[in-house]
Amino acid sequence: MAFKSEELAKAYWRENIGLVLKLLAVWFIVSYGFGIILVDWLNQFTFFGFKLGFWFAQQGSIITFVILIFIYVKRMAALDNKYEVHED
Amino acid sequence: MDIQTLTFIIVGLTFALYIAIAIWSRAGSTNDFYVASGGVHPVMNGMATAADWMSAASFISMAGIIAFAGYDGSVYLMGWTGGYVLLALCLAPYLRKFGKFTVPDFIGDRYYSQTARTIAVICAILISFTYIAGQMRGVGVVFSRFLEVEIATGVFIGAVIVFFYTVLGGMKGITYTQVAQYCVLAFAYLVPAIFISMYMTGHILPQTGFGATIAEGVAGEGNYLLQRLDGLSEELGLAAYTEGVRNKIDVFAITCALMVGTAGLPHVIVRFFTVPKVHDARRSAGWALLFISVVYLTAPSIAAFAKVNLINTVNGPELTGVKYEQAPDWIKNWQKTNLIQWEDKNNDGRMFYSGDERNEMTVDRDIMVLANPEIADLPAWVVALVAAGGVAAALSTSAGLLLVISTSVSHDLLKRTFAPNITDRQELKWARIAAAAAVALSTWFGINPPGFVAQVVAFAFGLAAASFFPAIIMGIFYKRMNSTGAIAGMVVGIVFTLAYIIYFKFVNPAANVEANWLFGISPEGIGTLGMLINFVVAYVVHKLTGDAPQDTQDLVESIRYPKGAGGAVSH
Repeated sequence: MAFKSEELAKAYWRENIGLVLKLLAVWFIVSYGFGIILVDWLNQFTFFGFKLGFWFAQQGSIITFVILIFIYVKRMAALDNKYEVHED
Repeated sequence: MDIQTLTFIIVGLTFALYIAIAIWSRAGSTNDFYVASGGVHPVMNGMATAADWMSAASFISMAGIIAFAGYDGSVYLMGWTGGYVLLALCLAPYLRKFGKFTVPDFIGDRYYSQTARTIAVICAILISFTYIAGQMRGVGVVFSRFLEVEIATGVFIGAVIVFFYTVLGGMKGITYTQVAQYCVLAFAYLVPAIFISMYMTGHILPQTGFGATIAEGVAGEGNYLLQRLDGLSEELGLAAYTEGVRNKIDVFAITCALMVGTAGLPHVIVRFFTVPKVHDARRSAGWALLFISVVYLTAPSIAAFAKVNLINTVNGPELTGVKYEQAPDWIKNWQKTNLIQWEDKNNDGRMFYSGDERNEMTVDRDIMVLANPEIADLPAWVVALVAAGGVAAALSTSAGLLLVISTSVSHDLLKRTFAPNITDRQELKWARIAAAAAVALSTWFGINPPGFVAQVVAFAFGLAAASFFPAIIMGIFYKRMNSTGAIAGMVVGIVFTLAYIIYFKFVNPAANVEANWLFGISPEGIGTLGMLINFVVAYVVHKLTGDAPQDTQDLVESIRYPKGAGGAVSH
């Protein structure tokens, strides 16, 4: 057991799941939300010459995905340190 | 120098580079090549993963599909990048902590069952095989154009090269070769895009260029490029470029199947088993996606530029059609491969492209990226460079896939399941036979494809989504899931998805229209439904048969935090 107590193990896992769910919510909203479900409505706005919904589907969602992973990497490293379960 | 000679030289040079790197880095790491990447920086590993991942479908076919499908093509852009988020957040770190080499190994050990392992192997072979069939078609398109032969001959030549490239040895495992391949393919993709963007809109960045206004001296100058494209499409009886025609449910389903499938592809997952630490597995996924996005953010701009250029070249600035005698060389060159066809229906000697009965052109979507530099009248060396990039993309992916197929057959299936007593020599012999059989079969599918490269590949993702993804996710996040449930889920998921695809693509292709689809979901997107069925079946069966044993649940607990991750071990 890498954790000092059962409670700490549970707390770590809970924080981990919380972070993942938050990031996946953004992932879902940007791609499925802006890029697919709301695309027609967003297309009435223009963004640097692009229809906004179209831009999210072909550019914006991809940029968001990259940023999400790097946020995850950083936050998880902090979490691992907080619970002292990081690698040596 | 003509294009053909230049192509030989540049493709030849890149080949020499890959082989030189393979020999050089091999001498440096005599150990087991699976851990060769153990000392590799996550940035390098990310680059290699990107090369492994971006196949002929990404390089050759995707921009062409977007050019013809417009907004609907976004499913490939979002689908093939969004999967990395799932991979980084939900799979890679835990599978790395688990510390095995193959997906069937994880399934077999987590679900403490030989049956589960065997089913996973069969799924892995099916998925990799479908995927490689798409690659063969891609290689064939490249060779048929630049050697000026029929597409079938091109596929055959490509197959021979891929086979020797793989059988030559452990090249696949050598990360630095793939780093070189990434550089070649990214460079080859960006150079023509930048040239064309400068010419069409005056923007050096193609990613913003295709949203800008058309530059002076080009047909439609002063208008926004995408607006002009929408306008042209309307005049020619095509769907508006920035709006789709597919129904929302189908767009949703295809995107989801591609994303989830990405996270379930055996040859992608394997890459994260071999990094030294859990932290590196997370970082590698981030870097891989960053490098992939360099190409994926460029693809839609290439698509839009190519479409405008195609219409301008064929129909002329006044949309009256261009006389065939004045047609540029690239049209005549691609005609030799039968990938462009012109039929003068109204006998006016002029070509015309449209979405209605006036249309006289048949343009294969898979040629758009390769023909793009010629369409935009770029120097011959750029054309040759793109050919080299296409070959790099197809080779790096096919080699990895063939390795998955041959090790699955020889190691996972024969040695560990059916014939545990075979010797190492026999095992190696079977690996070669399996690779040869896979190449032969996929050559046949490359010549008689059930769709365009990207579409064939999309089926592989559907199969991965319906089989592996739920089993792995539940294996990590639902520790009580038992073997019976997981097996039932995988079997029902993959059988359902496969049956749906085979029915609409092979048995009864005439019925492949929206009215006949289940909930309006096309065969490309059916993997999403297969995945949901897999989850439901697994959960219900688990509820009827009880929890997984305590030691398995403890095992699952232990993969949920990074501390104590050792190096990956074979068995």
